[in-house]
Formats: sequence, C-alpha cells, structure tokens
Amino acid sequence: MAEEWKIKLVMIFIVVIFMVPASIQFYSHRHYRIPIVAGPGVSKVTKLSEYSKGLRRTMAETNVFFLEGKEEGGKALIIANTHSNEPSALLTALVFIENAVVDKGTLIIIPCFNNSGSRNTKPGDGYPLYFEIPTEWGRKKFRMGNRNAAPLDQWPDPDVYIHYPDRQLLSYIDVRNTNRTWPGRPNGPLMEKVTYGAMQIMRKEKVDIAFDIHGAETMFPVTNCIVAPEKSMRIATMTSLTVKAKEGFDNHVEPSPSGFRGLSHREIGDYSDTLPFLLEAPIPFLDQPTGPKTEKLLLDGKDPFLLSLSKKKKLFVPYDETGWPMAKRVGQHCSVVLEIMHQYSRKFPERAIRVRNVPRYAEVVKNGVGHYFHNPEKVDKDDIYYN
Amino acid sequence: MRTWSFWCVGACDGGDAMPIIMILYYVISAYIAALLIWNFIQEKKSVNNMILYLLVLIPLILRLLRIR
Repeated sequence: MAEEWKIKLVMIFIVVIFMVPASIQFYSHRHYRIPIVAGPGVSKVTKLSEYSKGLRRTMAETNVFFLEGKEEGGKALIIANTHSNEPSALLTALVFIENAVVDKGTLIIIPCFNNSGSRNTKPGDGYPLYFEIPTEWGRKKFRMGNRNAAPLDQWPDPDVYIHYPDRQLLSYIDVRNTNRTWPGRPNGPLMEKVTYGAMQIMRKEKVDIAFDIHGAETMFPVTNCIVAPEKSMRIATMTSLTVKAKEGFDNHVEPSPSGFRGLSHREIGDYSDTLPFLLEAPIPFLDQPTGPKTEKLLLDGKDPFLLSLSKKKKLFVPYDETGWPMAKRVGQHCSVVLEIMHQYSRKFPERAIRVRNVPRYAEVVKNGVGHYFHNPEKVDKDDIYYN
Repeated sequence: MRTWSFWCVGACDGGDAMPIIMILYYVISAYIAALLIWNFIQEKKSVNNMILYLLVLIPLILRLLRIR
C-alpha cells in the first residue's frame, strides 16, 4: 500500500472514531420521546396539524391537550417550549396537563410548541443533551432543546428573514424562531406554519387569553416579568401586584413594543381577539458569563460568576448563593398563570376559567417539580402521549 | 431497500413537505461532498490538504445523513 493511503486511512479512522459516537448521540436525542401522562382533567388530545395542515407528518407536528370543564366559560391557551432551551416552560405545562382539573371553561395546552427545536441542540455552547427531574418514583428524563428549530426540518436560512405580513427585516436565524414568526401563514416556512396553527386555535376556538411561557437571562432586562400589549396591560398589572403581595415574589410588567414584529405578545393581540401574556422567569444557564453549561446549572441556577456579578449589581434579578432553582421558576409560572386566569375571570365573569389542583409557587418550591409528575409505568397506556 | 421516507424521516415523511429549495440544497451538499471526496483521493502529498478536505466534509455528511 502506498504511503499516502496509509496516512489517509489513519485520518479516516480518526474522523470515524469521533463522528460515529457523536452521530449516535445526536440521532438518539432527536428521536427521544418524552412521555406525557394525561391527567384527570384532559378530555381530548389532538395535533397542531388539525389547525395547520402543512405540519402533518413533519417534525414540527406536536400534541395539543384540551382540558374541558363541565360548565361553559372562557378559554385559555398555554404555549410552552416556544424556545426549547428554556425548560421551565415545558415543566410548567406538564404540571398543568398531569394535575389540573377544569371546573369552568377550557384550558388548551401545547407543551412542546417548537417540537423541531426541542430535537435540536447547541453543541458549540456545550449544552447537555438531556436533563432529569427527580420524582418520588425515579427520575423523569427530558430532551434539552435549542432556541431555534433544527435546520434538518427547515433549511436553508435566508440572508435576512422578512417577517410576514409586516415585512420587517429580522435576523436570518429568526426564520426558525417561533417567537419571531407570529402570526404565521399556512404556506410559509415550517415555523410560520407552527405559529399559524396556534393562531387558528385561538381564532377557531375563540380563546380569551393566551400564555407564552419563557425563560430569560439574569443579565437581560426583560426577565422575571410579564410582557403584555396594551390590551392585556391591566390584567398583567393586577397580577403582578397580587403575586407580590400574596405570594412574595417579584414579577414586573413590561410593555410589548409595537414596532418589533413577530413576537407572540404583539402579534396574537393584533391578529386575534385573544389577550396575550408572555411570561419570563430567570434562567442563569442562558447567561453568557457562567461556568460550564451543565445539567446542574440548568436545574439549580447556581453559578459563582453570576454571584460575583450580582454583588456588582450587574444582574436584573435578585441573586444569591441559592441560585434560581427550577422549582422556583416553575412555581412562579404556575402562580402567574393561575393569577392571570383569576384576574380575567373577575373582570369577565361570564367567560370565567376556573382551574383547580394546580400547585402555586410556595407548594412547588416546597415539594419540587417532580412531585407533580406521574409514573408513566403505573398509568393506563392510553393516558400516555409522547412528544 | 430504504425508501425516500426513510431518508427524509422527520422533515418530509409525506414526501411533499420538503420544499424544493431544501431538496436543491441537499443536491448541492451532495455535489460538494463528492468534490471533497474526489480531492481527498487525488491528494498525494499535502497532509494539511487531506485533513482540510476531511474536516470540511464532516458537516456535509452529517447533513446528508440527516443527523445534524
């Protein structure tokens, strides 16, 4: 064998050694299915493609859970995992799906809104592929996703994303960001079809209020807050004041900018009768100046560099040695969602939405998030849905 | 025999969900990957070039196999 081919074969061997295990991990992550136990309140489960046909048989297809009360009332939509690297949203949605019982009105929940994004990862930032939540019956495993949809499902990116219908010029990568593609269209790029599906739910089902649950960096000013457009502002303000007074945590209100297009809290309000609210809880994992992006940092939010920055007053949220554990973030989301529904019901009693059996902030912090998840091996197989 | 659906799993199981521009990008990727493989085979002396061809090839292969 020629000398050059010996060198080439060694090179190919080295590349294969690294490439094959990595490929297996990427493939397993993309195809890992999270079991979701439909709780006592779930009355119907359908697919988002029922409302946006272009999603059928794509990786963007996702489950939509309906929790219908015996008494007619208003309707609320909870959207989680718009950004799949902000997992407190998914966990909050699952707490509702697995536990909530609706007495009046209807609750519609999309736990994995950007399903393609949840099957993507960010190896350049050292993201873990999975994270696990301890429960009383073991550890429940979740995919750790990325902010944007996988390029395997929507490719190529344009040089500049021209928002539909306002034609505002946005970053190229936002074409795969389901918090820039609102209100969407039925024949646009895949992520526009996703947001179009949610818009259709709101229009067809006559949804009164919509929640888009997120997480944001502690160094970003729009964190630990409720983002609301003009028409949702009163309810958001009342909610912020109430949770501060009754439950003792801060959640200020940020106005939705009218000149920045494509965001859920802007477009849902402008293109439907629904009142939108975007909820943000701090997620130290996403801050840039942290230590390694480990599963531990994702779950407990403790980081020495952020602690140092906090002492220099560089963060937008209170931060101490206790970090920002997942239970605190999920608890805040649960309480804020429940309080917004309560405030809406007070204002519009004929369209009230009454939900019980969902824990509030103090309970989630005390018991942990895993306490509210059911063991998929101990329930009827028909009650398990995979996302 | 692996079908079109197998290779497109996720993006276009139905066969009509993958837009034409995406298909064209896969064709371009395959063409560039073939060029790189050809250059790698033809390279006789420069080890640097051999490494370069292999490194550039990795993301193209991962995309064509629909892994990343």
